[in-house]
Amino acid sequence: MEELLNILREMHPDVDFENEEHLIDNGILDSMDIVSLITEIGEGFDVTITAADIIPANFNSAKALYALIQRLEDEA
Amino acid sequence: MLFTSYEFLGFLAALFLLYYVLPKRCQWILLLAGSYGFYFAARPAFLLYILATTVTTWFAACRIGDNLTRQRAYLKEHTAELDREAKKAYKKGEEGIRRRWMAVCLLVNLGILAVVKYTNFAISNVNGLLSLFGGEELPLANLILPLGISFYTFQAVGYLIDVYRGTVPAERNLPRFALFISFFPQLIQGPISRYGDLSRTLYKPHDFDGRQVCFGLQRMLWGYFKKLVVADRVLAAVVTIVGEPDVYQGAYILAGMVFYTLQLYADFTGGIDMTIGIAQVLGITVQENFIRPYFSKSLKEYWRRWHVSMSSWFRDYLFYPVSTSKVMQKVTRLAKARLGEKAGRRLPVYLSMFVVWFATGVWHGASWNFIVWGLANWVVLMVSEELEPLYAKFHQRYAVRGKRWYRLFQVGRLFLLVCILNLFDCYPSLSLTFGAFASIFTAGNWQVLWDGSLLALGLSALDYGILAAGVALMLLVSLSQRSGSVREKIAKRPYALRFALWYGLFLIVLLMGIYGVGYDASQFIYNQF
Repeated sequence: MEELLNILREMHPDVDFENEEHLIDNGILDSMDIVSLITEIGEGFDVTITAADIIPANFNSAKALYALIQRLEDEA
Repeated sequence: MLFTSYEFLGFLAALFLLYYVLPKRCQWILLLAGSYGFYFAARPAFLLYILATTVTTWFAACRIGDNLTRQRAYLKEHTAELDREAKKAYKKGEEGIRRRWMAVCLLVNLGILAVVKYTNFAISNVNGLLSLFGGEELPLANLILPLGISFYTFQAVGYLIDVYRGTVPAERNLPRFALFISFFPQLIQGPISRYGDLSRTLYKPHDFDGRQVCFGLQRMLWGYFKKLVVADRVLAAVVTIVGEPDVYQGAYILAGMVFYTLQLYADFTGGIDMTIGIAQVLGITVQENFIRPYFSKSLKEYWRRWHVSMSSWFRDYLFYPVSTSKVMQKVTRLAKARLGEKAGRRLPVYLSMFVVWFATGVWHGASWNFIVWGLANWVVLMVSEELEPLYAKFHQRYAVRGKRWYRLFQVGRLFLLVCILNLFDCYPSLSLTFGAFASIFTAGNWQVLWDGSLLALGLSALDYGILAAGVALMLLVSLSQRSGSVREKIAKRPYALRFALWYGLFLIVLLMGIYGVGYDASQFIYNQF
C-alpha cells in the first residue's frame, strides 16, 4: 500500500490519498493521471490494468485501487 | 419531423396521452412503436440501417453474454480440479471467442458508418490526387446518410463493449434492445446514452407523476426558447457572414465567430434540453450532456463539460484502450529509456490523445475542416499540459488563483479560444477558414463593430436586443444552476410568480421565436453529425 501511496503522492503532493474517497468524482485524478498511474502500477506491481478495469469504483480511493491491484495479482 | 415542427408537437401530445392511458406494461412497447414511427417519418429507407445495427449488435452481445455465463458456470463447476494455469488458459480461450464476436460486430457497424458517411470524402481526396496527375475524376457515390447514424452507432458500440467488459448484462429481448437504440428523443442528436444508465428507467412502468411531467414540460419550453428565440435568430447573421467570405472579413469574422458560438450553444444545449424534458415527461432519466461549459477555465475542463456523453465515450472506449494497450506500454518503456522519465510518461498519453482527437474530428464530419478542428484541439490540450509547470510557477509567484477577476479572465480566454476553434465548423474549406481568421488581424475594419454595419447582417436592433436579453437570461439560469435545479427553486415560489414566469417564457417563445407563415425552423446543427 505504501508503494502505491508514494506513486500517487508523486503525482499530486497536495492530496490526502489515505483519506480521500472521491478521487474521480471530485476530479482530482483526470484521464491523463489515470494513464500515467496505470503505467507506474504496471511497473511497480507487475500487474496489467486494462481499460475494462478503469471505472470510478476502482479509482476513487487509494484503498479501492490497492484492492484492484491485489485482485489482479491473485488472478495473474 | 423536426423537434420544432407542428407535426412533432402533435406526435408528442398523442404519445404522452397514450403513454399514461395504456396499461403500464405496454408503455415501452408504445415508445418503441413511436420511435420507429418517428424514424420512418424521416425517411422509410433509414429503418434498414438502424435495424441492421440493432440486430447485429443484439446478436453479438447475446453470444458474448452466453459465453461469459458459460465461462462462469464452467469455472464454478471445475474449480477444484483446475489449477491456476489451467484456469488461465481456459479463460484466455473463451475471451478470444468473445473478442472475435465483438470484432466482427464492430467491423460491420463501424463499416456501415464509414461507407455511408465517408465514401464521398474518400472519393474527393482520391480525385484531388488524380487531378495532380491529370487522371480522370471518379464520380461521387449516391449515398444517403441515415439520420442520427453517428449517434446510434456509437450508442450500440458502447453497449457492445460494456457487455464484452462484463459491466452490463446482455439484453436478451430484441424489441427492448431496439428501443434502447432507437429511443426517439435522443436518436438524432444524442446524448449518446450508456445502457447501464438509460435501461434503469427506460423499461420500467411509470405512474403519472404530475411534478415530473411539469418539470419535463418546463425543461422542453426552456429548450424551445434557446433554439427558437436565440439560436435561430442569430443564425441569420452567421449565414450572411459565412455565405460571402469575400465581403465579410476582419472584424466581421470576429463578430461571426462569437455569433456562431452562441448559435451552437443555444442550438445544441436547447435540443438536449428538449430531449431530457421529453424523457422526463415519460418518467425516463437521460443523462445530462452539458455542465455549464462556458464557465470552464481551460480547454481540458471545457471538454469535461461540453457534449459530455461524446467526450466520455471517446475517453472510455478509445482513449483508455489505446493508452493502456500493449503497444502503448512498449512505447512508454522505449520513450522512458530514450527521452527520460517525465517525457516518457507523457508521450503515450499525447499519442493516445492524437488518436482520440483525430477520431473526434472525423466523427463530426467527413471533411478536412473537422479533422483539423480535432487536431487543433489536441495541439492546444498538449501545449497546455506542457505549460503546466510554467503556470504552477506563475501561480506560486503571483497569488491570483481564486481571485474573481482572474477567474473571469480565464473564462473569457477559454470562450475566445473556443470561438476560434469553432471557425473550422463554419467554412467549407480550410483555405477559407485560415483566410477568414487571418483577416481579423489584417483587414483593419474595426469600425464595423460600432458604425451600424452589424445591422445589415439580417438582424435588426430589436433582434440584437432580444439576443442580448436571451444571453443574459441563459447566463442567469447557469449561475443559478450552480446551487441546484432552477426549476425546483422556482417550484418553491408562490403560485402567481411561477405562473407569470412560465407563462411569460411560453409567450416569449410564441411571440419572439423565429417562425411564422412560410417559415421552416432550421435543422439542429448536430443533426448533420
